[in-house]
Amino acid sequence: MGIKTIVEDNIDILVAGAGLGGTGTAYEARHWGRDKKIVIAEKANINRSGAVAQGLYAINCYMGTRWGENNPEDHVRYARIDLMGMVREDLLFDMARHVDSAVHKFEEWGLPLMRNEKTGAYQREGRWQIMIHGESYKPIVAEAATKNADKTYNRVMITHLLMDESGRNRVGGAIGFNVRTGNCHVFKSKTVVVGAGGASNIYKPRSVGEGAGRVWYAPWSSGSAYALMINAGAKMTQMENRIVLARFKDGYGPVGAYFLHLKTYTQNAYGEEYESKHFPALQKMVGKEYLDMEASHRTHRPIPTCLRNHAIIQEVAAGRGPIHMVTMHAFQDPHLEEVGWENFLGMTVGQAVLWAATDLDPKYQNPELTTSEPYVMGSHATGCGAWCSGPADVSPPEYQWGYNRMMSIEGLFGAGDAVGGTPHAFSSGSFTEGRISGKSACQYIDDGKAEGIVVSDSQIEKRKAEIFKPLETYQVGRNEIVAGTVSPSYLLPHPGLQRLQKIMDEYCGGVTVNYMTNDKLLNIGLQKLKIMEEDLEKVGAEDTHQLMRAWELKHRHRTSECVMQHTLFRKETRWPGYYYRGDAMKLDDKNWHCLTVSRRDPETGEYTLEKAPLYHLVGDMEDKALADMKKSEKKPAKKAAKAK
Amino acid sequence: MPTFVYMTRCDGCGYCVDICPSDIMHIDKKYRRAYNIEPSMCWECYSCVKACPHHAIDARGYADFAPLGHSVRTIRDEEAGTIAWRVTFRDGRVKNFLSPITTVPWGTGIPDFRNEPEPTEAERNSQLLSFEPKYIRMDDGDIATLKSQNLEMKEGVYY
Ligand SMILES: Cc1cc2nc3c(=O)[nH]c(=O)nc-3n(C[C@H](O)[C@H](O)[C@H](O)COP(=O)(O)OP(=O)(O)OC[C@H]3O[C@@H](n4cnc5c(N)ncnc54)[C@H](O)[C@@H]3O)c2cc1C
Ligand code: SF4
Ligand code: SF4
Repeated sequence: MGIKTIVEDNIDILVAGAGLGGTGTAYEARHWGRDKKIVIAEKANINRSGAVAQGLYAINCYMGTRWGENNPEDHVRYARIDLMGMVREDLLFDMARHVDSAVHKFEEWGLPLMRNEKTGAYQREGRWQIMIHGESYKPIVAEAATKNADKTYNRVMITHLLMDESGRNRVGGAIGFNVRTGNCHVFKSKTVVVGAGGASNIYKPRSVGEGAGRVWYAPWSSGSAYALMINAGAKMTQMENRIVLARFKDGYGPVGAYFLHLKTYTQNAYGEEYESKHFPALQKMVGKEYLDMEASHRTHRPIPTCLRNHAIIQEVAAGRGPIHMVTMHAFQDPHLEEVGWENFLGMTVGQAVLWAATDLDPKYQNPELTTSEPYVMGSHATGCGAWCSGPADVSPPEYQWGYNRMMSIEGLFGAGDAVGGTPHAFSSGSFTEGRISGKSACQYIDDGKAEGIVVSDSQIEKRKAEIFKPLETYQVGRNEIVAGTVSPSYLLPHPGLQRLQKIMDEYCGGVTVNYMTNDKLLNIGLQKLKIMEEDLEKVGAEDTHQLMRAWELKHRHRTSECVMQHTLFRKETRWPGYYYRGDAMKLDDKNWHCLTVSRRDPETGEYTLEKAPLYHLVGDMEDKALADMKKSEKKPAKKAAKAK
Repeated sequence: MPTFVYMTRCDGCGYCVDICPSDIMHIDKKYRRAYNIEPSMCWECYSCVKACPHHAIDARGYADFAPLGHSVRTIRDEEAGTIAWRVTFRDGRVKNFLSPITTVPWGTGIPDFRNEPEPTEAERNSQLLSFEPKYIRMDDGDIATLKSQNLEMKEGVYY
């Protein structure tokens, strides 16, 4: 097959994947690098790519410093308790102190933000969320990116990073192919910002057959960000921290606006409140530090997302499902009813379709909720991703070795789902992280750090052969059989994906095992993934579209392996409701109040795992209400001690 | 609701092919019209539906959980800056919605930095991003730092 190779040389900043993070990079890098060559390589069409393809109805991360609403450290405290303590507080603080400026720009660019008519401030959905008419969120940020980039390559899937061969642990660009033309694309670049998003579909989804695309995170979120970084030997963090979502059943429509703005609430099948029933036992598992009903009731402190999931899972297991969202009261108000519907039409149209198809009007009937299959990502209520250097003015030495958001490989940066330890960034925070990376990449180049990069032709040729091998495998094997999809010499991407999902589901805590795993299961799972890797050498692709699916599968596989390694390493149940380690059912702060960091050796494929210290920049005591409460609690306790 | 295409409305223009994030809207070689080649990888994101100039694409709820006989139609009007939705239930009830999609004419809201003044060396070496701190707050304050917030990074267990 005559594959054309198109080389784009002398790039300063390559954006690999332009969702919310990548668009932020392309935009911001132009400000700090007026004459720099900025190139975007995007798997789909930048105008509707990534998790925000259908739009969003809320911006979930906005401080409102302008209106005196919140300070960055308030958000750090919130994200930390929600993630059971495990976050990179330096990165979160940094994101939070900049995020408002991104949102104010969005408004200027034409994104319709709703206003609170009384205060003039943005309409709050919750403490951190503001409401928007965000159908065109993605086209708007895409315009900011393409206007400032030198070139945007749509439909180019990046399969590998290219590495500098001059003897330094440094990136030198990326390589991939056009999913339409089949051309090979080589990008030689001084820096690469990975913005290729999170991973859906690595766990067996609840939907089957035709509905398998109805996943919560977009089906095109193929774990590429993780696989690119892991394969290059970048250090990863918190990859065990997958997320399970409580969502409307089947459609997976978002619940944020329902809980926060519409003030709907959940109950079991018999109309009972069920959460508080499960909390005493849960408190024994995780400790009062993480689940304190009194504190949550009296202050802004949230009950961690995973723990609320846990209550749902337990209640359903006890035979009192399904869980319902009580919408019937809120929907009597025509304004709230409109918000409820538009919320779906703006970001998960499928839920509206499902309600229309089932004649379910939430005004007259309370819809069912369910807990989803797990997802691996780093910008929602979870923090999987690369181990990145923090900002010089905030981070302690263990978190700071280079430029802000640079990974453990020189010149390699990340944004959004790609960056680890930074949950609750969401769309605005991901864009902000992209901006930070864009500026850092310019500084790195200006400081002369990218001189003398060597990327040899043989490196490129080697990758090229790898990239197109599935086409060849198919062509050769195809003649062996009469017709159909079953061949002894190749595996097609779709059945391959199903194998991966089955392994992850059964051995690494998916829905069919009620999110349960243990060391034995994980070790078996890792063996199965190893064998699957051998089979992935024989993945076949009929055309360039399937070639994309083949590479998505390889990327999902690598991501899964890393998730399994991390899950095995952290010997405790840190996030009940996301997953359980049956052999260590308790949260164990004595041994595991730390972040997990892994590195896969690109030569041997071996993983090294280590613990990294957790630094905190703020205690609960800065939350006034909570501090007052604890003070009043402490006093009688002290007296009692003295009396003894 | 994976998508499908009405034979008589499609003229094969390829707008849907161009936009689909999942790369699953393809042109059928025989009929020279578009169709969904891989319904199980469709997110029902409606990107193609919104892009089709002939409203030839519709979505039919996923067979594994959605009964037949409903429809959710949309018209996205870039000129007017609005999106209109019509939700038709299986039993025939209809709900209509209309939302804005932008507040400025397309392509006018975003600066091209190449036409703006260059940042100074001091800005470059600071923690500031473009248009900051002005774009964060209304007073003269700077961006938050550990010092300004009276904070310190400490190792150990805090809750
Ligand atoms: C249903 C849903 C509801 C949400 N609700 C909200 C909300 O209300 N408010 C909010 O603020 N956030 C919300 N979010 C979260 C938000 O969408 C994400 O946090 C954000 O989009 C993450 O940004 P990202 O850049 O990391 O990834 P993405 O935006 O997903 O971008 C990844 C990009 O990389 C590209 N890509 C992938 N692989 C490759 C490859 N190999 N080569 C080249 N390109 C590649 C993709 O095509 C895509 O363009 C929601 C998400 C979902 C799915
Ligand atoms: S955009 Fe509409 S008319 Fe054009 S090819 Fe697609 S379905 Fe046919
Ligand atoms: S609805 Fe979205 S994923 Fe499905 S075919 Fe259309 S553009 Fe593609």
